[in-house]
This record gives sequence, C-alpha cells and structure tokens, in this order.
Amino acid sequence: MAPLKGFFHSSIARKFWMAITGLFLVTFLVVHLTVNAFTLVSAELFNEAAHFMATNPLIQVMQYVLAAGFIIHIVMGIRLTLQNRKARPDRYAMEKAGANSSLGSRTMIQTGILVLLFLIIHLRNFFVPIKTGNMGGMDDYTLVTTLFGEWHYTLIYVVSFVLLGVHLNHGFQSAFQSVGWKDNRWKGLMSGVGTVYSIVVAGGFSLIAIYHFLF
Amino acid sequence: MKLHLKIWRQNGPQDKGKMVDYDINDVSPDMSFLEMLDVLNESLVAKNEEPIAFDHDCREGICGTCSLFINGEAHGPDRAVTTCQLHMRKFKDGDTIYIEPWRAKAFPVIKDLMVDRSAFDRIIQAGGYVSVNTSGNTLDANAIPIPKHDADRSFDAAACIGCGACVATCKNASAMLFVSAKVSQFSLLPQGKVEAKQRALNMVKQMDEEGFGNCTNTGACEVECPKEISLENIARLNREYLSAALVE
Repeated sequence: MAPLKGFFHSSIARKFWMAITGLFLVTFLVVHLTVNAFTLVSAELFNEAAHFMATNPLIQVMQYVLAAGFIIHIVMGIRLTLQNRKARPDRYAMEKAGANSSLGSRTMIQTGILVLLFLIIHLRNFFVPIKTGNMGGMDDYTLVTTLFGEWHYTLIYVVSFVLLGVHLNHGFQSAFQSVGWKDNRWKGLMSGVGTVYSIVVAGGFSLIAIYHFLF
Repeated sequence: MKLHLKIWRQNGPQDKGKMVDYDINDVSPDMSFLEMLDVLNESLVAKNEEPIAFDHDCREGICGTCSLFINGEAHGPDRAVTTCQLHMRKFKDGDTIYIEPWRAKAFPVIKDLMVDRSAFDRIIQAGGYVSVNTSGNTLDANAIPIPKHDADRSFDAAACIGCGACVATCKNASAMLFVSAKVSQFSLLPQGKVEAKQRALNMVKQMDEEGFGNCTNTGACEVECPKEISLENIARLNREYLSAALVE
C-alpha cells in the first residue's frame, strides 16, 4: 500500500475524518455559543466580540479551516450514507431497529441534512450581511435581535437546534469510538458528557433566541 | 400453539423470491425455533412440496451456522442466543412470525433462508491467523506468560462464532463487529502482536472489498450478537487500523 493510503481510502478512514471534523465542529459550537451569550450581557460587548471575530487574523484563517471542516463532514456523511445503502440492496420485510439501537443514532443523515438546510438560511441571514457589511445601517446586535423578533425565524431556529442536539447526542460519543479512544471503562462517561454537551448547546442557543424574541 | 408464519422463499440465487404464508398447528412451547421449522418441513414433504432451506449444524449455539432474521431481529427476540437456542415459548399462541434470510450485498441468498457467508472466510484468510512454525519445534502457547486481564478480553473476543448476526442487524450491513473480534482475539496476545499491524490493514481491506457497509456506531450489533461481543473491540480495531495506516 502507498504510504498513508489507508488513512484516506477505507471504511475506517472515512469514519476517522467524520469523527475528527465532527469534534472540531463540536468545539466551534462552544465558541459560537459563548459569543451569542454576550448578547444577554450588553449590546456593546456583543458588537465588540463580533468585531473581533470579523477582524482578528487568526480567526480569519480559522474561518477557512472551519469551512473545510463543514464541507468534509457533510460530503463524507453523504458518501457514507450512499455506500451504506448499497451494502443492503434488498430490505427486510420486517425490521425492529428500535429493539437494538436509538432513533438518534439511526437518523444522523436526516438530522444532519435538516441542520445543513438551517445552516444555509443562517449564513444568508447573519454571516453574509455581517461579512459584506450590507446590514441596512444596523449594528451586529440590532441585526440579531431584529431577526429573533420574528416568530417564524425563532421557531425554525429552535427546531433546528433541537435536531442538532439529537445529532450531537449520538455524534459526540460516536466520534470517540471512531478514532478508537473509547472502551468499556470510559463509555458511560463519554455518553454522559455528550448528552450534557448536547443539552447545553441545543438549550443554550434556543434559550438565547427565545429571550430575544420575548424581550 | 398455532402460528402464522411469513417465510422468504427463493428458489436459487437468481430467483426474485417472495414472502410466503404458512400456518402451523400443534407447536410445543418447548421446541426450539429450528425444530418448529423441521416440523413444518416434514408437513411440506408429506404434501409433496419443496421444504424450506435453512442453515443449521450443531444446534447447541456454538457453530454459528444457523441464521434467520426473525420478526425483525437477528436470531429472534431473545438476547445472547442463536436461533437454535431460541425456544417457541418466547412466542404466543396466534402470533405472526416473519422469517427472513440475512440481508446484505456481501451475503447473497443461495436458496430460501440460506445465505453465502464465505465473505467472512475470505476476511479470515486475509489475516485472521497467527503464523506459527510447525517444523516440529512448535512452542507450547501456554509457556508464554499472559496477563489475566488480557487473556480474558482475548477470550471474550474469540467467543465470536462468525454467524453474521452483526451484519444482518446493522442498518449499514457493516461487518465491523466480526472483524474487530477476530483482530482483537489475536492482538491482545503476545503471539498475535507480531503481525497485528498487517492483520488490521489486510482484514479491513478485504472487508471493504466484500461490499460491507461502514460502521456508524449505532450499537445494534452488540445488542443482537449471540455471543455478546463488545463494541470495545470495534474501538480497538479503529485504533489499531489507524496507527497501522499511519506508520505504513
């Protein structure tokens, strides 16, 4: 085999890249949630944080790494799903999947695609205006609070984060399994931390949005 | 007991196949599932009909030959048993039971409920062994000290009977639990460590070539495995494969 070929071309390699990009996106969400939480403190603090994120050279480089992380995770996820469908061309007449696995673990592609759709809406509403400076005279804080003032936007936002929470609840611990860091001594802790993390992310983003909708 | 059976009938690999309904009376709750099928087959033969083909051999849960996807689960609703160890007392009078073959691209149907599992044999041939000099100076394996903890985990992995329930159950028809058990049983022992890297690389390569799906860590295989092979083995295989791929 050519050097490192196995690191890119095999079922385990695909899972590895899925896991690594997933864990990277997991850390990104923590940063994003922290910045969002600043809106609860003051408009100035959030605007300052948004300005820092938009201008800091390191963050500018990381933006491209983040985009690559998203793209690899999405493309690999779709590829894995298509391959997996091909591995069972004839379906069972009767299948009791609920007897041996969680719904969240079996619907990663569905929750993933719905979150991707949300991501596209989200980029159009926040990232593009902020990046291009085309914000209709509003500052970052006003842009955010104005959008959350619309009930249908906040509803889509909250539903998307609940779906993301379900996605993360399986994905978090699954990533550690895929890179080979899990064993029976640690699995309880990893699942527990993953569930707490998912609730904090889904709940955190949602509650901030609901807060701005109400107040 | 009276039962309504819905059984997959397929007269050879090229045949399209379909589910066929059978009613069976006088089923004793003490029969094993395979004995119930034996009784059904006897009645079919008596009627000059083609009996249902299904795999079976030891009928004591150790050979891994019997398969069958029963009511949506590999080896039926019971846990940690093969189909020959499943008893009819797990069902109720009047139940409808679906009986299907393992479904996977890598396990083509031969006839009715029998599938070709030789993909597993080819994975074993790719590296599921320890090279031992048999020139007459063979060392006694028991002469090598092995920590009890490692020996136990190796033995747990070696309990895999290669039945294919993991593949049949997995929504992706992935063979990772099987391959990881076969890799782990050797890599945990000093005799197996020597070839561990090549073994992991070659067995995974063969597994991919056979057309099994990718593992997405749903954990269904571990639940349905008649020998309760742990998912821990899959993590070990991932670890060993990735470190082997890095240095290769």
